[in-house]
Amino acid sequence: MLQTDNPVQDLPAGHGHSVASSNSSANAVSVRNVSKNYGTVEALKDLSLEFPKGQLTSLLGPSGCGKTTLLKIIAGLLEPTSGEIEVDGRSVDGPGPDRAFVFQDFALLPWASVLRNVSFGLELRGVAKSEREDIAAKYIADVGLAGFEKSYPHELSGGMRQRVGLARALSVDSDVLLMDEPFSAVDEQTRRKFQEDLLSLVANENKTFIFVTHSIEEAVYVSDQIAILLPRPSRVSDIIRPSGLREKDSRSIRRDPEYLDIVDEIWESLRSYVE
Amino acid sequence: MKVFGIRLPGMSSLLIWGLLWEIFGRSGLSFFVPPLSDVIATLFEVIGTPAFQKALYETGYAFVAGVFFAVSIGIPTGILMGKNRLLDELLLPWVNIFLSAPLTALVPVLMVLFGFGMKSIIITTTLFAIWIIILNARAGVMQINRSLVEMAHSFGATPWAAFTKVYFWAALPEILGGVRIGIIRAVKGVIIGQLLISIVGFGALFELYSNNFLMSHFWAVLLVLFAMAFTISEVLAYLERRVSYYAAKR
Ligand SMILES: Nc1ncnc2c1ncn2[C@@H]1O[C@H](COP(=O)(O)OP(=O)(O)OP(=O)(O)O)[C@@H](O)[C@H]1O
Ligand SMILES: [Mg+2]
Repeated sequence: MLQTDNPVQDLPAGHGHSVASSNSSANAVSVRNVSKNYGTVEALKDLSLEFPKGQLTSLLGPSGCGKTTLLKIIAGLLEPTSGEIEVDGRSVDGPGPDRAFVFQDFALLPWASVLRNVSFGLELRGVAKSEREDIAAKYIADVGLAGFEKSYPHELSGGMRQRVGLARALSVDSDVLLMDEPFSAVDEQTRRKFQEDLLSLVANENKTFIFVTHSIEEAVYVSDQIAILLPRPSRVSDIIRPSGLREKDSRSIRRDPEYLDIVDEIWESLRSYVE
Repeated sequence: MKVFGIRLPGMSSLLIWGLLWEIFGRSGLSFFVPPLSDVIATLFEVIGTPAFQKALYETGYAFVAGVFFAVSIGIPTGILMGKNRLLDELLLPWVNIFLSAPLTALVPVLMVLFGFGMKSIIITTTLFAIWIIILNARAGVMQINRSLVEMAHSFGATPWAAFTKVYFWAALPEILGGVRIGIIRAVKGVIIGQLLISIVGFGALFELYSNNFLMSHFWAVLLVLFAMAFTISEVLAYLERRVSYYAAKR
């Protein structure tokens, strides 16, 4: 059941059984030979990776291996030193309405209410006030924050703030959702709840999720595809597709033998870099 | 503060100092310090006189104009310095020099350049206030959370929208803090300017009173000035507190 392609510089085309990656229109985002240098630091080197449409891909790797860098390049917030990014078949070189970002530190406007924060993306896109507030109110309810529309971020807990950030990203209705360690600032219970919510989000919204994490368990739990990044020179060392887990009930995944096997295998391949 | 279990209103300690002043004044130890009660009586007398009202008007005018220029030039300059490395390198040394410079020494130069009138006083006031306003606006912009900027950028904010919807508000607590200190310095500036130039406003009034040894008049005007400066500063501190709830949470 477990599929691994190794090494993956010459990318997936046809290796994974669950995705028809050979058909380029099945990929929401393609990263082609991207390198990024910060001065003399080579953060990414000739990295290529495909993100299948409608699926959740995790970027997993030790600290400092370039996950945030890659995500920001995809978001158009950072210029790659070389290489290109394609979103839905078109090459992009800046932020666009087809991608929305969920920030690790939430990035909420502290002087604005939950309602204004959630509608802020739409506000910047020039959507009329009453319309954007209707949309925002719907997503506020969707993430379970109904009744908190008038609250300010400092009155919310970390988990609630992250939901605001998520609702903001959802409300602009872009095809691709970029999430940089979105659950790292919340407690373990909230985190598990968020992971379950994320699974139903992936199932119900027809969106492509790109998800950065350094928790192996989290990656295996939520992902259709896991890209393992290794530190300098940063590259994709492995792509893993836990294909059998999707059909399982979200509560029993953690007891599933496949789940445990994949967690073990990823740990084996990463442990040498941690020691 | 509580005394014998009774809550005293804020600044009750002023009463004690007022009492000490009264006693010292009545003891007749110094001709220059009349009793507080005399000063207060004179105060009400003086407030009605045309000379006082003219002085008040002229001072108010110079003050408002000076603060206006300091704020309207200082805040944009500070924000631009915070966002533009080159401009920052160019201007920062000057801002720091002027912030700590004894500006009083510049007033005679200003008088030579701009004449002995209102213009010099307004410029003095502006020079007293502007540097700290620039520095604070700059600091406010520089401490903006990078991910707020990235957030605005990722949702497609135009530079103008980013400026008016994010930068300005994120820097507002620092900006207001700078404006408050700037205005307090402007009070000094307007008075020092008038004292040195001394033919308009309270400068002229002080000149008149002290030359004629009208000590209670002198103190009365001083009390008015202190009270005004204090009130302005408190109002600004109140405004600052209203936005500072988010300053710590950015
Ligand atoms: N602005 C920068 N200037 C210089 N070097 C940088 C900069 N940003 C990141 N780097 C370097 O690039 C490398 C990758 O950084 P990145 O933030 O992408 O790592 P990461 O995988 O997200 O790490 P973490 O898991 O700790 O968030 C690191 O070695 C880091 O030191
Ligand atoms: Mg990171």
